[in-house]
Amino acid sequence: MTTDFPILTAIIAAPAIGALVIALLPAARVEAVRAVGYAATAATLGLTGWLLWNFATAHAGYQFVESERWIGSLGVNYVVGVDGISIFMIALTSLLFPIGLLASAKLTVRVKAFTAWMLLLEAALMGVFLALDLVVFFVFFEVVLVPMYFIILGWGHEHRNYAALKFFLYTMAGSAFLLVGLLTLGFLHQSATGHLTFDLRTLTAWAPGGLSDGTAKWLFLAFFAAFAVKVPLFPLHTWLPDAHTEAPTAGSVILAGVLLKMGTYGFLRFSLALFPKASVDLAPLLLVLGTVGIIYGAIVAAMQPNLKRLVAYSSVAHLGFVVVGIFALTTQGIEGGIFTMISHGLTTGALFLLVGMLYDRRHTFDIGSFGGLWKAVPILGGLFLATAFASIGLPGFSGFVGEFLALIGTFIIDRPYAVIGAVGVILAAVYLLWAYQRVFMGVPSEENAKLPEITGREPVCVVPLLALSLFLGLYPKPVLDRVEPTVKALIAHVEQHSDYKEPGVAKHGVKFDRLTKFCDAEKTDSGAIECKKDAEK
Amino acid sequence: MIGVVAPDTFNVPSVDWLALAPVLSLAGAGILIVLLRAVLRTRPLVQPITMLVALVGTLTAGGTLAWQWVHVRDHGAVTTIASMVRVDSFAVFLGVLIATSLLLALLLSVSYIRPEGLEGPEYLAMLTLSAAAMVVMTTANNLIVVFLALEALSIPLYVLVAFDRRRLASQEAGIKYFVLGSFSSAILLYGVALVYGATGTTSLTGISGFLAHNTLFDDGTLLAGFALLVVGLAFKVSAAPFHMWTPDVYQGAPSPITSFMSSATKVAGFAAFLRVFLVAFPIYRTDWRPIIMALAALSLIVGTVAAVVQTDLKRVLAYSSIAHAGYVLIGFSAAAVDNRAAADRGLAAALFYLFTYTFMTIGAFAVVTVVGRRTHDAKHGFEQYRGLARRSPLLAGFLTFFLLAQAGVPFTGGFVAKLHVFAAAVDAREYWLAIVGVLAAVVAAFFYLRVTVVVFTGDDEPAGEPPPARHFDAASALVLTATAIMVVLIGVLPGTFLHFAHDASSLL
Repeated sequence: MTTDFPILTAIIAAPAIGALVIALLPAARVEAVRAVGYAATAATLGLTGWLLWNFATAHAGYQFVESERWIGSLGVNYVVGVDGISIFMIALTSLLFPIGLLASAKLTVRVKAFTAWMLLLEAALMGVFLALDLVVFFVFFEVVLVPMYFIILGWGHEHRNYAALKFFLYTMAGSAFLLVGLLTLGFLHQSATGHLTFDLRTLTAWAPGGLSDGTAKWLFLAFFAAFAVKVPLFPLHTWLPDAHTEAPTAGSVILAGVLLKMGTYGFLRFSLALFPKASVDLAPLLLVLGTVGIIYGAIVAAMQPNLKRLVAYSSVAHLGFVVVGIFALTTQGIEGGIFTMISHGLTTGALFLLVGMLYDRRHTFDIGSFGGLWKAVPILGGLFLATAFASIGLPGFSGFVGEFLALIGTFIIDRPYAVIGAVGVILAAVYLLWAYQRVFMGVPSEENAKLPEITGREPVCVVPLLALSLFLGLYPKPVLDRVEPTVKALIAHVEQHSDYKEPGVAKHGVKFDRLTKFCDAEKTDSGAIECKKDAEK
Repeated sequence: MIGVVAPDTFNVPSVDWLALAPVLSLAGAGILIVLLRAVLRTRPLVQPITMLVALVGTLTAGGTLAWQWVHVRDHGAVTTIASMVRVDSFAVFLGVLIATSLLLALLLSVSYIRPEGLEGPEYLAMLTLSAAAMVVMTTANNLIVVFLALEALSIPLYVLVAFDRRRLASQEAGIKYFVLGSFSSAILLYGVALVYGATGTTSLTGISGFLAHNTLFDDGTLLAGFALLVVGLAFKVSAAPFHMWTPDVYQGAPSPITSFMSSATKVAGFAAFLRVFLVAFPIYRTDWRPIIMALAALSLIVGTVAAVVQTDLKRVLAYSSIAHAGYVLIGFSAAAVDNRAAADRGLAAALFYLFTYTFMTIGAFAVVTVVGRRTHDAKHGFEQYRGLARRSPLLAGFLTFFLLAQAGVPFTGGFVAKLHVFAAAVDAREYWLAIVGVLAAVVAAFFYLRVTVVVFTGDDEPAGEPPPARHFDAASALVLTATAIMVVLIGVLPGTFLHFAHDASSLL
């Protein structure tokens, strides 16, 4: 599908232009700055809506592709495109930013700089999810760090210096290997074909066959370093609780909602596509780390005395589901992973907003200082409870669909991981409900009894996220329909370049035979779904 | 070719004056300033007039360099004075960089000289004469010329570093630079002598011709010779482990001079370094390439690790300039591989890095100059920069921008420059060097960001310091704006500038 209007560039440019306009406004005109901020994010949201509307559902490849020469001597082109994997990342980003700005309406210090950084961050994130050139992707991947660093540094909480620096250095250290890896890939392609390019499409076609197994494995690990830090996978996650806790509310929402997805998105977009064989070979490593993340994140979250840190650690667990789902390498698993990415953005975003509201009232994250809030703020309590349910993955909310799919996709191929991962779902209920109990139940102290109820803008931030989570939980089809063709194509690509075969049950589902037995299904020549001959027992 | 001198006749070598025009206009400006000083003595007008002369001389040099660029591109390189001097696009490219550094340093000096109570005309004369020698250095096609240019550019610098007589640190830096610099010059000269002993010529093309047609029975003399050349030149570009003077001298020297030294001196040093080794000793590259790689890795490690523990911004920038030399050296080592395309990429990357670095470093030192004004350039500890964002958001913004650019953040020139250096290293299959480079960039990001933390968080004024009356003068503002625009342009639309760097590298 092609149109003349460069819609994807417009999506990247709209917030960037907004930031530029704000830079030119005087800092004293706070209202004008806010207005431009809302206008730019709303425009981006509108453009994304148009994109979603015009997105060809059954199409597996990239759509709305634009290509422009950038650094000729390195064969770097500005190439952007969207497919089933990235479209909802774009949608999520464009949704969370206006909400983030709305949630920062109470901010009074240096509003101009804050809004400008937020808009630059949005532009950079859009670039990350849209770029189809490795160098351009890397550029945006790195650029994201700068606004986020300044947002944490400028408007964060007590230990913001430490947290901001740690965030920057961890991510940059990871992407250092990504840079060398992608340059190596480009130059190996050049020595093989005589043509220097970093275009993902060209390299996806060449790399799986053109690289030796050993080289592919090293390159996979180089890419892995960058994405694993970003996700973050278990031993590399220590920047996350600090950054999430110290960031201002809007920063935490964006960090959890969008930034973490850059890692899992990277796995899907680059690791699987460029190094399918290495991905299959090293999948157990990722599955183990993902599973450890699920359990470890949940246990550590349960132990946190700090409410915001608790939510931060819950992200480690949720992203563990995503990684496990992706590296199960089944249709359901990857779809579940992508769905969890979306769902986590909605629910954890909402949780951070609610925690931020509690902080605005009580100026602490310490769970021990709360207690009995239900009496004072029942609406806030109700929203918190609903969001907690959504985050736990209660059936009916999006979290359930994503994690269920991810677990099922893992179960049909690697049962132990699914079994252990499923424990994480229960642990999620433990830490969130226990936290809820300690914060909202019981007898309120004198101070807690006087907290003001949420008003005005505050519910406007949370309710859309919650409603969307509910909608997708009840009716996930619109998302899955658009994701599935790309996922199927990706798995076919992996199968083609490795000895991995997706189980038939994952491809065609389960065929029940007279409700007494079931078997692996396969497509017959006539197109009907039948039990596989040798599988029938 | 060497002019043969018969005992009874002396062949006057032909001189292509246009090839020397940039040098002549710079040196002419320097001499004119000295004359004006003698004539005008201490009349009030002597300062602005000599500044004007220096600026005009610099711009004339820039104009003639631009003309030379076109000429060289259309008609090929020009060799003159018995092929002592070779004006090719490599030389012109680096000459332009030196002229640009000089121009920016002069602009920074406009409102520096008088408040600091310096002797303006002498200062300007030294600066232009040093730059003239640097331009000679870029064109040097003979080891003797390399040595002469090195001395001619260093001696004014020794004086300039010690120019602020009221500050002990400046005196100390001057002595230190003088003593160590003399040593390194002597070592270089000894290297020249040994190379001459081994090959019978000091002409770069002559040496490579000799080595191409003769196999040395015992090449110990030659190897010792270019080892000594490495030491002398590595000293000038402040590559580790010959960097010891850099932090003290950068810290002690008047800030505009530091900006000039960190950019132009490095450019001139690399001009000679690259040309001598790539033109004269390409056959021995398997012997000297590991040395360059080791210098690169050491500079990166020493520069970044040492910068982490500094608490003085000028010292941080000095150590980071050592690390930057390491990145240029990565490109240099890649320029010495057998693969022709990869070698071209390496040299272009080194030149492009120097180009970008010039603007980034002068921009950063421009902020240092402006901020240092309130302590008369004496104090540059972090406490001076604490809360700068509150006092002067614009200056803080510029400083942050230049530091992020040096850290290699995308959409700044620093990123594109680093990207090309790493690409060259990978293309030359120097994977380990590329990894050292990117990891050094991460460590470097740490200390750059630490400065931004200081700038953006502290609110308290340093005790007992009067608040600055005025932050900006027009000339400094011009320098800051121009360098910032260049760094952004290089970062967003690198094509044109890369094209120049490639042109400059393919003709060597």
